[in-house]
Amino acid sequence: MEKFDVIRSYAPRLDAPDKATGKAIFTDDISRPGMLYGAMLQSPHAHAKIISIDTSKAERLEGVKAVITSKEAGTIKYGVSPARYDETVFATDKVRYVGDEIAAVAATTLEIALKAVDLIQVEYKVLPAVLTIEDAMKEGAPQLHEEFAGNLCAEVHQEFGNVEEGFKKCDIIKTTTMKSKRQDAAFIEMQACLAEIDRRGTLTLTTSSQVPHYVQRTVAMVLGMDVGKIRVMKPYVGGGFGIKAAANHQELVCCILARMLNKPVKMNFTREQVFKYARARHQFTHVITTGAKKDGTLVALKHECYLDGGAYTSFGIATVYYSGALLSGPYKLPNMSYDGYRVYNNKPACGAQRGHGAVIARAAFEQQMDMIAEEIGMDPMELRIKNMMNAGDTTCNDLNMSSFGMSECIEAVREGSDWDKKKGTLPKGKGIGMACGFFVSGAGFPIYRSDTFHCTVICKLTEDGGAALVYTASAEIGQGSDTAFAMIVAEAIGIPLENVRLASGDTDMGVDLGAYSSRQTLMTGHAAKEAGEHVRQQVLEVLATQLNTPVEELDIKKGFIEFKNKTPDFSALRTRYIKEHRGWTDNPDSEKLTFKEASRIAFLEKGSIVGTGKYRPHWLGGKFKGAAVGTSPAYGCSAQVAEVTVDIETGQITIDNITDAHDCGKAINMNSVEGQMQGSISMGIGEALHEEVIFNDKGEVLNNDLAEYKIVTSMDMPPVKAIVIESDEPNGPFGAKEVGEGAIMPTIPAILNAVYDAIGVRISELPLTPERVYNAIQAYKEKKSA
Amino acid sequence: MKRIINLTINKIIYEHAVEVNTTLADFLRYELGLTGTKKGCDTGDCGACTVILDGDTVNSCLVLAVQADGAVIETIEGLSNEDGLHPLQQAFVEKGAIQCGFCSPGVIMSSKNLLDKNDNPSNQEIREGLSGNLCRCTGYTKIFEAVSSQCSDNKGGSHGKI
Ligand code: FES
Ligand code: FES
Repeated sequence: MEKFDVIRSYAPRLDAPDKATGKAIFTDDISRPGMLYGAMLQSPHAHAKIISIDTSKAERLEGVKAVITSKEAGTIKYGVSPARYDETVFATDKVRYVGDEIAAVAATTLEIALKAVDLIQVEYKVLPAVLTIEDAMKEGAPQLHEEFAGNLCAEVHQEFGNVEEGFKKCDIIKTTTMKSKRQDAAFIEMQACLAEIDRRGTLTLTTSSQVPHYVQRTVAMVLGMDVGKIRVMKPYVGGGFGIKAAANHQELVCCILARMLNKPVKMNFTREQVFKYARARHQFTHVITTGAKKDGTLVALKHECYLDGGAYTSFGIATVYYSGALLSGPYKLPNMSYDGYRVYNNKPACGAQRGHGAVIARAAFEQQMDMIAEEIGMDPMELRIKNMMNAGDTTCNDLNMSSFGMSECIEAVREGSDWDKKKGTLPKGKGIGMACGFFVSGAGFPIYRSDTFHCTVICKLTEDGGAALVYTASAEIGQGSDTAFAMIVAEAIGIPLENVRLASGDTDMGVDLGAYSSRQTLMTGHAAKEAGEHVRQQVLEVLATQLNTPVEELDIKKGFIEFKNKTPDFSALRTRYIKEHRGWTDNPDSEKLTFKEASRIAFLEKGSIVGTGKYRPHWLGGKFKGAAVGTSPAYGCSAQVAEVTVDIETGQITIDNITDAHDCGKAINMNSVEGQMQGSISMGIGEALHEEVIFNDKGEVLNNDLAEYKIVTSMDMPPVKAIVIESDEPNGPFGAKEVGEGAIMPTIPAILNAVYDAIGVRISELPLTPERVYNAIQAYKEKKSA
Repeated sequence: MKRIINLTINKIIYEHAVEVNTTLADFLRYELGLTGTKKGCDTGDCGACTVILDGDTVNSCLVLAVQADGAVIETIEGLSNEDGLHPLQQAFVEKGAIQCGFCSPGVIMSSKNLLDKNDNPSNQEIREGLSGNLCRCTGYTKIFEAVSSQCSDNKGGSHGKI
């Protein structure tokens, strides 16, 4: 086995001491002298024509520096996918949801800004609103966007193989419908930003973002500025989970105000505004028909899906493709058809959230796997093992499994959960269930069409030779990417982690598409590795010349130079190094030549030693329409077992424990891999049991706070056994691939299957509130006795 | 309208004029620059703004600065010193209990208060002690491990308070 010195260990995170002591800086922790505060006016109506806007009263309020509407902000359309730019900074002709932005104010205090917002007078003509998919799709329903008849934002129709023919060969065909509810990502740090412009016209936006790169491009486009004049930085970010993966209105408004007033402007979302802005997991309805043979072989899948999109597209086009594309794995499935529809309505827009598009589809499909297993009398684990893909397999929609530790994952949870002993033997009210997961390890293509590298990394050795500095535009948002890249660089050079310092999250440092699609470890990891290897090579080349030794004889390990054969006399180098360091305290006292000496000598010979790395996936994927979505250099997979107790009298579900195994390729930092698994499970449990954004009939969010929108607390979290499975991913840096998003896939279906095992009833709608579970039990009883 | 308040924060005595409607969280963050205390909601639901006030945890977004007149307050900044991290903070670092870190100051203050009052809490008591602190990243598992590593039973038999 390849021996690593830094990666594959439990490393404390680089940022943890600062985060544990309150020193870590997040956006709202930053203030500037003379800073102004911005606030936005948002629509109180779900659908209305704007007749007039009168800002005069607001402008007259003392302390107000600017009031802007679309007149000042312009009407340039933007969004996520260039194919569907359907937003403007402010609503112009009409508002489309409660929260649609209409105007903004900058003032000397936040209080004044908010007061001024109240003084802006808007005359509306209220229009009939549509709040559900069904209403939005009715004949003659009110239209949100003129260009999109029938409120159809996007539709997808795909067929791989021949589903009709496939079904003819099947012995069992199951059809089910599964409905979920709209989610909120409920990251703890609300979106915040600070924009400032310097005397030379450079605009700097500091913002709580997952994607400084895309924000930079959007700001440039909407403000009509050169990209080179815009710098976007993210300090530490308190979670994002997908919602912070695009420019938001507040960022754009903040930039417009700062440019206009030549002053720093800060803006914060309130928690209520986080819910208004939304962009989190869609509400999905999946109708799925799966066909299999008597022996359990999967043959065909017919899949129809409706996405409740809200008022704008956001990530929606990618979402509607992902919902279909990722059911082609982790099992061999020769025939698959997909019809997906994303529908506009007068609610806040939905977007991408952890496990983008694929979470509810997976929940529906994994239940069907269990139904088939039950019907043919096969253990659910066996059915999955029978059908799973192996490394080297390609799905019907051209996704290639370059590594695939699926069977290891299944075996690990089978053993870890004591499945064989428990399955089928638990008392009534107790259940055990399992499911598998499957996800991309980074999107194969950027969101806009481009040949750009997806990431670049610079590594520079300090001139004294003591440290490697890493600069990357990647986005540490809590997942641990900074530490992972520092570890990768340390491993690549051959030095201890403590000798690597890293700065990230700044568009001035390079290109990095950011933290989404579970991409950073694999993609930025490649660039980091290459940058580390590049400096290593330069140091070794200088050393080879100086010592008159072939470069192949030299190696760097744990901060020391290793000589493969005999050690040449390096005393001259050491003397030179010590002379350089007269009076310093860090003279080498080891028998071995240190990396520090070598890298100082390299500097003396060549000047600053700078290494660069870059990454762009090799060309991926099929030629059909939509092939870009779902393609990835690698795929993560997972298996999970949930044990539950259901109170038959009340419908209350308790998760007793979870056993999870995830194949993340070679783990860079075990701590972070386990952390992603545990965090995903908590999010999955919340979505399965209680999370739901609820609207009233006016389109207002009723539970727009963290008391009523219930995420998992310390009281709800069950014991979790997280088992890391390490395949060796040929397309990953040191064999690594994803964990951050894929880890959420199996949780919901594992719980659903366990609940079925406990009570014998399948529940087709999430979340599994006590009421819903109770009603399902009652309905089942009635049906049985009838 | 402003009022003068006197209070002790992390062993330092402050005399300050504050607006009567300024919350303790905003006072700490924006007037004293103690930005280690975070705000995740401003409505008392997330616990990110947890500080210890006269020996009990409070959500500082729900307390007015003027209400803290005369109080003794501990914030996250008061936990570490020149000698380094507090053992509890060190445990959070080592156990991987911190991801985005936005909840961490509040979680650590709640854990500190729990251990101040009971140096050997059970697992259930740890869960209860942290029930007012939401964390969306970690699934709490490693947080529990960090806190539990600081229980007197798990610290090589030393029963000293931390
Ligand atoms: S900010 Fe005080 S509880 Fe959330
Ligand atoms: S670590 Fe991110 S919320 Fe707790």
